[in-house]
Amino acid sequence: MPWHRKHFLTIEELSRAEIEQVLATAGAFRRILDRKVKKVPALRGKTIVNLFLEPSTRTRISFEMAAKLLSAEVISFDAASSSTTKGETLRDTAQNIQALHADMIVLRHSASGSPLYLSRVLGIPVVNAGDGAHEHPTQALLDVFTMREKLGNLKGRKVVILGDILFSRVARSNIHALTKLGADVTIVGPSTLVPHWFEALGVKVSHNLRSALADADVVMLLRIQHERQAAGHFPSVGEYTGMFGLNKTRAEWIKPDALIMHPGPINRGVEIDSDLADSPRSVILQQVTNGIAVRMAVLYLCAGGQPEHVTTPLK
Amino acid sequence: MPFLIIKNGRVIDPATKRDKVGDVFIADGKIAPSLTAAQRKSAQVIDARGLVVCPGLVDIHVHFREPGQTHKENILTGSQAAAAGGFTTVVCMPNTSPVADNAGTIELINNAARKAAVHVYPTGCITVGMKGQQLAPHGSLKKAGVVAITDDGLCVESNQLMRNAVEYAKMFDLPVLDHCQDESLTKGAVMNEGTVSTRLGLKGWPHAAEDIIVARNIILSAYSGAHIHMQHISSAMSVELVRRAKRDGINVTAEATPHHIALTEEALGTYDTHFKMNPPLRTEKDRQAIIAGLRDGTLDCIGTDHAPHSPDEKDREFDFAPNGITGLETALPVCLDVLVKQNKFKLPFVIDLMTRKAANLLKLPAGTLAPGAVADVCIFDPNETWLYDAKKGFSKSLNSPWSGRKLTGRVKATIVAGKVVYGH
Repeated sequence: MPWHRKHFLTIEELSRAEIEQVLATAGAFRRILDRKVKKVPALRGKTIVNLFLEPSTRTRISFEMAAKLLSAEVISFDAASSSTTKGETLRDTAQNIQALHADMIVLRHSASGSPLYLSRVLGIPVVNAGDGAHEHPTQALLDVFTMREKLGNLKGRKVVILGDILFSRVARSNIHALTKLGADVTIVGPSTLVPHWFEALGVKVSHNLRSALADADVVMLLRIQHERQAAGHFPSVGEYTGMFGLNKTRAEWIKPDALIMHPGPINRGVEIDSDLADSPRSVILQQVTNGIAVRMAVLYLCAGGQPEHVTTPLK
Repeated sequence: MPFLIIKNGRVIDPATKRDKVGDVFIADGKIAPSLTAAQRKSAQVIDARGLVVCPGLVDIHVHFREPGQTHKENILTGSQAAAAGGFTTVVCMPNTSPVADNAGTIELINNAARKAAVHVYPTGCITVGMKGQQLAPHGSLKKAGVVAITDDGLCVESNQLMRNAVEYAKMFDLPVLDHCQDESLTKGAVMNEGTVSTRLGLKGWPHAAEDIIVARNIILSAYSGAHIHMQHISSAMSVELVRRAKRDGINVTAEATPHHIALTEEALGTYDTHFKMNPPLRTEKDRQAIIAGLRDGTLDCIGTDHAPHSPDEKDREFDFAPNGITGLETALPVCLDVLVKQNKFKLPFVIDLMTRKAANLLKLPAGTLAPGAVADVCIFDPNETWLYDAKKGFSKSLNSPWSGRKLTGRVKATIVAGKVVYGH
């Protein structure tokens, strides 16, 4: 089946087969990352613009790495230095970038749905690098890529996502990806941050950490943001850590071979203790590395590349 | 032409319980019981065979953006849109720029209203600057001609100030129209809170925020006896609260918009800003409850909340686009479809909701074809299907969710004080 999508906007719109295609393509690029010479010429002559209108370090660098390893030219700019601070609209900014002959835009934006909006305005591919509380599709793909590396098939595997689910695009994209791949997903955290509405997305909602962790194959932690406390979603960071933080004692509730994951940036001592974040069960840094391969795959496919051209061994 | 005969239409006038094929006579801008032979000879004749002839529609909730935001709409273009939609009387909300919180601004609006295509009545603010801190001069506003007071778009948060507002305005027989929204529950909210907002990652506006203020207003009305009108009810629980209040004889009224009876939050799946308004579209359960509320009289009338915004303003990220859609040119076909066709309301009952009942709420001299009444008439074909294109409409703005859609029911002529102001 050829890849036919021009834009890469959400996991929700992808079929299971499409997810498999991206993961297979990412697998091929992942093998390249272990070579001495990592660069491939797949996107030579293409220019990718990273339009990051919300602060990001990890995702932006990861997309830059991915573009460079594909031999694309890459230009990144963020909100502070862009003309959006002068009142230019997203449409105008993006159309200017298109007029500058960019071949693709990677968009990070605080407003949910803005990549879809841009995809309707522009003629060039738009890749979603995180939109509001909506989706962060490449993050979810690198997460399932990492899980599959360790666990194989995810069908029937139990994945627990713990923390601020309400405001999390990572949680939403992972829920879509994992349920499409047949995993059982449970979301856990305080009731104010883990509302029952999520059940409609096909996940279990729990506020009982111990029972949720009992048979988990994967525990994915999400960053707790201090501004949620100010808005009254939980009483204090101390209370959060006391009720839901992952520490040594609670780690004993989890199966010994379960994976611990985190999309970063980590609040050490808040949602997770250091000794667990740095333990052999933690695959946090492997997630980061795999992120490059997944983003290479997404950029490659959106630029018109086909999975079978890379999944057969590259010369 | 001082004389007009509208011949052979199905004349529906709920106020006089008329529903019969016949003629409507107009002499010197007023509805006449009949015309003399001499008058008939010089009269203009409109053949209304196969059409419905009813009182001009009345909308007590429009935004005409004048003064200050006339790139979106002005009183003339808004009134032309009204005429095209069969409306002959509209009531403007005061959230203009500056807001209409003083007699001078009302005078400005009234001056423009004199040149309008239909009757345009102003409302004044409840509080100075619509800031919710200090009462606006309701007495002077009344003298200047407002028919009600409201901080529409914003809710008067302070219970103490709202209590004083309704008691003070009652002295001038001014109804208080409230936009029911507990701001503390809706910070940053852009759509209904529920499964759809969860999926889309958009900040949710829980219906509880409306219900709390509706309940608050019912309590204040019961306590003071003042008339409080709840604007654009969007939630099933609010409908039930108003139903109980009316059963208890409390002096509250409420309106429903065409969009809240026609659409639900499911329409937001593609982040189309033409479905973004405040209060937001809610669930099927809420939509059904509002229709039931109209059926049993819990909700008193239809109000469009016609809220024009320029294409540039709506063409944005969903979070950043302003709330509101236009409604005057589509209200009648939408109500005919939802209420008459889908929910089997009797046509005269729907016309009542859009004419007499709306007019009576604010004691406006409109909404009937009784002899002697101002000759405001709407003539429409209930069966004509047509393609609505906002670009071909009269509003300055294009922000309609129905643009590009086929609608059934089309206004053929609108008559204001005996003069044809719109004809198709």
